[in-house]
Amino acid sequence: MSILQDPPLIEVRNLSVHFATPEGDTQAVRDVSFAVHAGETVAIVGESGSGKSQSMMAAMGLLPGNARVTGEIAFKGRNLLTLPRRALRELRGAELAMIFQEPMTSLDPLYRIGDQLIEPIRRHSRLSAHDARARALEMLGLVRLPEPERMMRSYPHELSGGQRQRVMIAMALTNDPALLIADEPTTALDVTIQAEILALMADLQKRLGMGMVFISHDLNMVRHIADRVCVMRAGEVVEHGPVAQIFEAPQHPYTRALIDADPKGHKPPAPTNAPVLLHARDVTVTFGTAPHQVQAVRGLSLDLRAGETVGIVGESGSGKSTFARALLRLNQSEGEIRFDGVPISTLTRAQMRPYRAQMQVVFQDPFGALSPRMTAGQIVTEGLLVHRPDLTRAARDAMAAQALTEVQLNPEFRNRYIHEFSGGQRQRIAIARALILKPRLLVLDEPTSALDRMVQAQVVDLLRDLQARHQLTYLFISHDLAVVRAMADRVMVMKSGELVEEGPCAQVLHAPRAAYTKRLIAAAFDTQAMAPA
Amino acid sequence: MHDHISAHSQSLWSKAWTRLKRNRAAMASLTYLVLMVLACSFGPMLAPNSYSELFQSYTRVPASLSAYPRAEQIGPAIEATAARARLDLTGWQLQGDTVVIEVSARRAIDPRAVQYFDRSDLFADTRLQATDDTHATLTAQIERHWFFFGTDATGRDLFARTLIAGRVSLAIGVLAGLVAAVIGVFYGAIAGFAGGRTDQIMMRVVDVLYSLPFIFFVIMLVVFFGRNFLLMFVAVGAVLWLDMARIVRGQTLSLRRQEFVEAAEALGVSPFAILTRHIIPNLLGPVIVFLTLLVPNVIILESFLSYLGFGVQEPMSSWGILIAQGARAMPSANWMLAFPALFLISTLFALNFLGDGLRDALDPKDH
Repeated sequence: MSILQDPPLIEVRNLSVHFATPEGDTQAVRDVSFAVHAGETVAIVGESGSGKSQSMMAAMGLLPGNARVTGEIAFKGRNLLTLPRRALRELRGAELAMIFQEPMTSLDPLYRIGDQLIEPIRRHSRLSAHDARARALEMLGLVRLPEPERMMRSYPHELSGGQRQRVMIAMALTNDPALLIADEPTTALDVTIQAEILALMADLQKRLGMGMVFISHDLNMVRHIADRVCVMRAGEVVEHGPVAQIFEAPQHPYTRALIDADPKGHKPPAPTNAPVLLHARDVTVTFGTAPHQVQAVRGLSLDLRAGETVGIVGESGSGKSTFARALLRLNQSEGEIRFDGVPISTLTRAQMRPYRAQMQVVFQDPFGALSPRMTAGQIVTEGLLVHRPDLTRAARDAMAAQALTEVQLNPEFRNRYIHEFSGGQRQRIAIARALILKPRLLVLDEPTSALDRMVQAQVVDLLRDLQARHQLTYLFISHDLAVVRAMADRVMVMKSGELVEEGPCAQVLHAPRAAYTKRLIAAAFDTQAMAPA
Repeated sequence: MHDHISAHSQSLWSKAWTRLKRNRAAMASLTYLVLMVLACSFGPMLAPNSYSELFQSYTRVPASLSAYPRAEQIGPAIEATAARARLDLTGWQLQGDTVVIEVSARRAIDPRAVQYFDRSDLFADTRLQATDDTHATLTAQIERHWFFFGTDATGRDLFARTLIAGRVSLAIGVLAGLVAAVIGVFYGAIAGFAGGRTDQIMMRVVDVLYSLPFIFFVIMLVVFFGRNFLLMFVAVGAVLWLDMARIVRGQTLSLRRQEFVEAAEALGVSPFAILTRHIIPNLLGPVIVFLTLLVPNVIILESFLSYLGFGVQEPMSSWGILIAQGARAMPSANWMLAFPALFLISTLFALNFLGDGLRDALDPKDH
């Protein structure tokens, strides 16, 4: 921030990116200008489809063949857009480095970590094999990976997601780049690990004095690491300024909406004397056969009262989704499950069918949860074919229109195919499909995780509203504590298939007892800089 | 909500069709294939000669757009026919399409001698005018024949034969391909959807069938059921569904884990309805692509079987048989190989192009 008088390291001027698609030309980036100085971190923030990644891909020359770029990207005085491929390739990796979102697929599974680190070092410098190895070890130490010697000999599949992302950072930094471009480097990681990686990146950027472009969909996340912020929407920069100004005096209504995008409010408390709707005791789910057995859920119990919302929180792999599927009898489990007093764990498929209408589920992925070959109306009414075979086609159609209205979608859309809807609209269709059967229990398996922050808040509002109107009981699964706080009466925290902590929502979030819960809360709310709750 | 949705709705199929229409190579291939199917279906009826008629005077004549006989063929033909009829040729003259032949004989000329001329493929409507007992004038019409692709070793019109062979090859290709697709899709989808032990058993059966030598299997079928055209479909289809079943099973396994299948289960939809409503419609993309690549396979397999003598029988033919015959006649009569090979290769080429185009058009990721 103190070096603004120097010429900028990279300066983007009037950058526009068009894509020629068979359906016509689309403009992904329009007239974007910004600059990054040495030693400065600029965050580019926007929701999916806002063009935030495309503008940096243009700088790296990594856009697909059907893209047309106009404008100028000056890096140390050279226009990257007119640079010959060969010269650009030499800049990439040496002076311009990039970290991608997905640490699982960015490393080649066939080579050891050491070999993957040493190869780019030797390509860009004249170091001997021995010196390159020493440099690789130094880099692994720099990103604070334990036992760098052992890491060098490991294959990618032996590392966790966070460790792989550290390796990717080490790889990007080996040649002392002048500019590091980080494209959502923490999005695919668990919350606790996200915080560690963010801290590491902020620290390295200061120590190495490089420029950094940090691309993220979450404005609140970049608060602690960015010097300046560019807010993008629909390919345009809507606001641009120092981080303090953006957060304290946001000018553009869109920026204000993004800052406020966390779901707010609380669920009105449920009556404590309501009957128990779902009762589960010692539910255990085991995958695989004898030698390779994995216990995904170990002896979990739950009492869910009518009108109540229980949130299940945990990182990926904690068994929370598996537990919910076991309660719905979508996978095999041991233990006792009673729905409305009826033991359902021993029912056959046919005996189970009448209860299916009463316990419904909404899944995480709005793209995978709806069949791409069916119209919205067909999807919403599919349950009626099973549970209300007496209805005529016209009656079903009327109910579909009504269900779509209920989730605030235009009922005219019921003859459209799924690929024409946005993520948030798809999630509403999935909710309508569950609600049309008038269920009593709705299991929500990360219903907001795949959505943009602002759409999340809308869906949370919708879910709370529907719960109040139809006296629904929710089992709400999420890794996102901000969403859970807005939705749940009680919270269960899970780790490795076991219950870590359980209690009323406010108590667990404000006075956590277990160390793991404390870590989870610290990671979630520190990086997101929550407004005081 | 943003009402960004376009005015009219398009299913994935109509979208794929729009995208396919933009692919020029695929559309050219599709047009070519349609023309080929029309030509092979109706061509044999419109061709100047029947595919089974033997023209003994025209064995292995080269392809030509002009009519046979050629001027230089007429003289030798008259001499040969006259010799066969035991007549001495004293002279002949060509007047337009009519040939006037002067003959003599040692004994009286039998009026039935005209039959020798009529029997030849060159002359028709021969009339005899006796000047005296041992001299006569014959007037005959020259019969014109067109052999666009030449003739084969027994003097059959290769044009008609190539078209009728195409009818057989394409019919076997499409029908056996469909047989393979239907069996393969249902078998693979059931195995993949049922999973567990059912899947294991079903796929082991496929493995066992894979290990049977295909030719022995066909010979066994032919021995048991005799030779017939339908058997070809069954034999080829029954073997090629194995590939289809494996592909479909793999696709089904990944579809089965999709959340929309799980959602249907949570709705209480029966397994059969899930299979027909969710799994199979989503499989059709890869299946159609595989089918366009399967048809060429079947055509080649059929050629091989016909070559071995297990396929269609003379006078019926297929491209494989014609190519086999053409290959043997290659040094002296290259047209016998060139035309059937051109038809087969261009058809396979078009099918592969179309398959490629379909794969691009049906890939939902390629928006």
